Amino acid sequence: MSTDTPARPSGAALDTVERAAATPEHELPWEALGLKADEYERIREILGRRPTGAELAMYSVMWSEHCSYKSSKVHLRTFGRHTTDEMKKHLMVGIGENAGVVDIGQGWAVTFKVESHNHPSFIEPYQGAATGVGGIIRDIMAMGARPVAVMDSLRFGTIDHPDTARVVPGVVSGVGGYGNCIGLPNIGGEVFFDPSYQGNPLVNALCVGAMKHEDVHLANARGVGNLIVLFGARTGGDGIGGVSVLASETFEDTGPSKRPAVQVGDPFQEKVLIECCLDLFSAGLVEGIQDLGGAGLSCATSELASAGDGGMLIHLDRVPLRDSSLSPEEILMSESQERMMAVVTPANVDAFLAVTAKWDVEAAVLGEVTDGDRLLVQWHGETVVDVPPRTVAHEGPVYERPYARPASQDALQADAPTAERLPRPATGEELRATLLRMTASPNLCSRAWITDQYDRYVLGNTTLATPDDAGVVRVDEETGLGVALSLDGNGRFTKLDPATGAQLSLAEAYRNVATAGARPLAVTDCLNFGSPEDPGVMWQFAEAVQGLAEGCEALGVPVTGGNVSLYNQTGDRGLDSAVLPTPVIGVLGVLDDVSRRTPSGWREPGQVLYLLGTTRDELGGSEWAWVEHRHLGGLPPALDLEHEKLLADVLVNCSRDGLVDAAHDLSEGGLAQALVEGSLRFGAGARVWLDELCERDGIDPFVALFSESAGRVLVAVPREEEVRFNDMCTARGLAHLRIGVTEEVSQETRLDVQGLFAVPLAELREAHTATLPAHFGG
Amino acid sequence: MRIGVVTFPGSLDDGDARRAVRLAGGEPVALWHADADLHGVDAVVLPGGFSYGDYLRCGAIARFSPVMSEVIAGAQRGLPVLGICNGFQVLCESHLLPGALVRNDHQKFVCKDQRLRVESASTLWTSAFEAGQEIVVPLKNGEGGFVADEDTLDRLEGEGRVVFRYLGGNPNGSLRDIAGIANERGNVVGLMPHPEHAVEVGYGPGTDGLELFTSVIASALVSAVGA
Repeated sequence: MSTDTPARPSGAALDTVERAAATPEHELPWEALGLKADEYERIREILGRRPTGAELAMYSVMWSEHCSYKSSKVHLRTFGRHTTDEMKKHLMVGIGENAGVVDIGQGWAVTFKVESHNHPSFIEPYQGAATGVGGIIRDIMAMGARPVAVMDSLRFGTIDHPDTARVVPGVVSGVGGYGNCIGLPNIGGEVFFDPSYQGNPLVNALCVGAMKHEDVHLANARGVGNLIVLFGARTGGDGIGGVSVLASETFEDTGPSKRPAVQVGDPFQEKVLIECCLDLFSAGLVEGIQDLGGAGLSCATSELASAGDGGMLIHLDRVPLRDSSLSPEEILMSESQERMMAVVTPANVDAFLAVTAKWDVEAAVLGEVTDGDRLLVQWHGETVVDVPPRTVAHEGPVYERPYARPASQDALQADAPTAERLPRPATGEELRATLLRMTASPNLCSRAWITDQYDRYVLGNTTLATPDDAGVVRVDEETGLGVALSLDGNGRFTKLDPATGAQLSLAEAYRNVATAGARPLAVTDCLNFGSPEDPGVMWQFAEAVQGLAEGCEALGVPVTGGNVSLYNQTGDRGLDSAVLPTPVIGVLGVLDDVSRRTPSGWREPGQVLYLLGTTRDELGGSEWAWVEHRHLGGLPPALDLEHEKLLADVLVNCSRDGLVDAAHDLSEGGLAQALVEGSLRFGAGARVWLDELCERDGIDPFVALFSESAGRVLVAVPREEEVRFNDMCTARGLAHLRIGVTEEVSQETRLDVQGLFAVPLAELREAHTATLPAHFGG
Repeated sequence: MRIGVVTFPGSLDDGDARRAVRLAGGEPVALWHADADLHGVDAVVLPGGFSYGDYLRCGAIARFSPVMSEVIAGAQRGLPVLGICNGFQVLCESHLLPGALVRNDHQKFVCKDQRLRVESASTLWTSAFEAGQEIVVPLKNGEGGFVADEDTLDRLEGEGRVVFRYLGGNPNGSLRDIAGIANERGNVVGLMPHPEHAVEVGYGPGTDGLELFTSVIASALVSAVGA
């Protein structure tokens, strides 16, 4: 007998329910597991005795910030209050399930969700990012869908910091290594560098899946006598306590190490699991299904049982193990990847096991749905858990954390980037040099070094991907029905004004989907903030959620699900130790025929470039202020959500009717960056004039080029459609102005801003593409 | 014409290969790795992906699967076999083609639209091309560097068995810019780029890849007429 089996809370003997009842005075290490004194007391009240070690393990992981949303819950209810019946029209499954499900018509539904894997990606960039991708894919599978694409939103510290050179290549190869091996196209996302993310990179992964309406599955354990089957990878010692410890505490240089192994991913196992699940779904062998992610079996059993209509009995000793020395507590907490749990009728279980055997996927019948209302877990015949499942899964603590507008907020907003405060370029020569520096800067340079490491073609349905504004994939090969997705966030705007910043992020994602030609339908969000114990951070969070909820209501697109990641901060400088408040917003849109989609650049000469929307002197939180002056202050751009709706509507109609050949959203870097990217997309230059724009909007060429006013899109209109296009904009009352014409694809082609400067595309391309390879290796 | 597409555990582009066969006018037939039966197909495609996770060495385990014994026997009889990416790796591991595929010289996975020159139009899978024709198809792999000893490379060149060559820069360190090769008989072809991802306008760079599939279908018609 091995002597190094982990010590049990009550010594060598198994801590059974019976024993717990008999030894009420026995102290358990609740504090080391992250529980507060009042939380432990509540567990004792619920159970009417002290918990067993296994019960404590379950409560501690399920009541952690990551699983219970205890700090954010009261604010997240805001989304429900702002979701109208009209907004729910396309919603088949809303917030609360593994992922929301949206009806996209023709009998098809899609499910999508974004989730964070921030802390693990700092500790172990490759595995942290890889398992982040793996986890979100299983959420999508758990709805009954075939995953069809992934996206990723990444934020890192300053580009030239030595640790950034460790984290970036690891995260990128982790996202790619996992996604490429399971055969899902990566169709876009974003990458952003800022010193606030130095010790807290953000790795947010999104997955979208598709299914027919009748294939939607839910996570519940119904039907007394139905069997609980665990299938997929074996359970090992990886990621034990990862949820409660890794995701909920900050990293300090001192103090005891709280760094249990980050989970290790096996994409091959996940690929096989995907195909196996799809076979099981299509054969009708699954009554309910749940993925195993954070909190592993503790989460899956308690959530399935509490969403069901009875109790559940689990024989924990039947779990296939990679490490036979694991204790029941560890098995319940393990976050081993690539596992799923299904509820199967006794009549179907042989057929179910035949399918898993076909795919060489290991499966074990762990127990059954019972007619009680308790979740019972047994270990070799002895009961180690006997709890009401809802108290574990859904009735965790809820905190009303204090929040207050930070005293520094006024000074921050007053520090506007005025012309007096920050010198601005004025001459053609100065503007030219600024444009070249801007387009090479970390947040505006080409992402090809990253996206060329991701397979965007697999499954054969990708029709737009980075560098286009949105990723677009076909869902139905017969009809061309498909979806567009964009993932956007702007931490700087959110820092300056959390409510407006969150809305600007939403508006950008919404606009990006519309520029691709898709009708925006639904939203997923990943809310990345600092410590909820800091009232300033909590204020940012509350404001951002309120802004987002109101923004979604105004745009008529419901939030269908997402994730909150708190404690993204290092050090003890309060708010100054926290990351920029970063809501990352994913918007999903639908195209009845993806062949009508619009790319972000032009390729035909002689098309007319129109700027939609108006430009104001809005440089607070802009890339220009940061790149040229390391300045962050003032107010973010103003937002008019009615205008955003109108703009989106016009863009979708233009795309459907073939009135535009290219459309590119104006965001970070303003018009200048949109012109650069639109030209480089297919290598066709442009001739642009700014006089009329400056006169109409009362601005100078610098503001015209670098302001980040919201609600603007650059479009290329074929000459033969110009009249129709003008008529449509005029009739709809949308500000539109002819600002240039496209040039041909050639070696000599240039971006020519008339009367100011011209840059050959070759020079632009060199500046735009050199930055990431220079920092992270060719 | 019925063209089988093998699915190994970990195959990723098997559905895409079946779609390409269909768009080229063939009838795709799904073949299962554990089934030592080709179900009477007229040709076989080994698709891209990471068969069995590629954990030992790319294609090394797939080569021993039950279906491969039939594919190897068929190829030796003259059955047309195309290996794409991981399929090319499997063909090399099976010794149906010489050489091996190693980690890209820059150590990264690469996904890009790749320009190629069709060096040989005399294989069953390239007869619809003109020799010297330039095409663009996606390239996406981490272990695409083709290597072989000098004698083998000279023999491949001398016998006209270099079928595709990279243009516009070598993307992975392949010796002599080799992207694809054939066996002596010209019925077995392997290449790293993915022709099955260039078969539909709007979903990849053009439709240059379709010709590989129409080639083998046309070859079958010719041999049917000839017989």
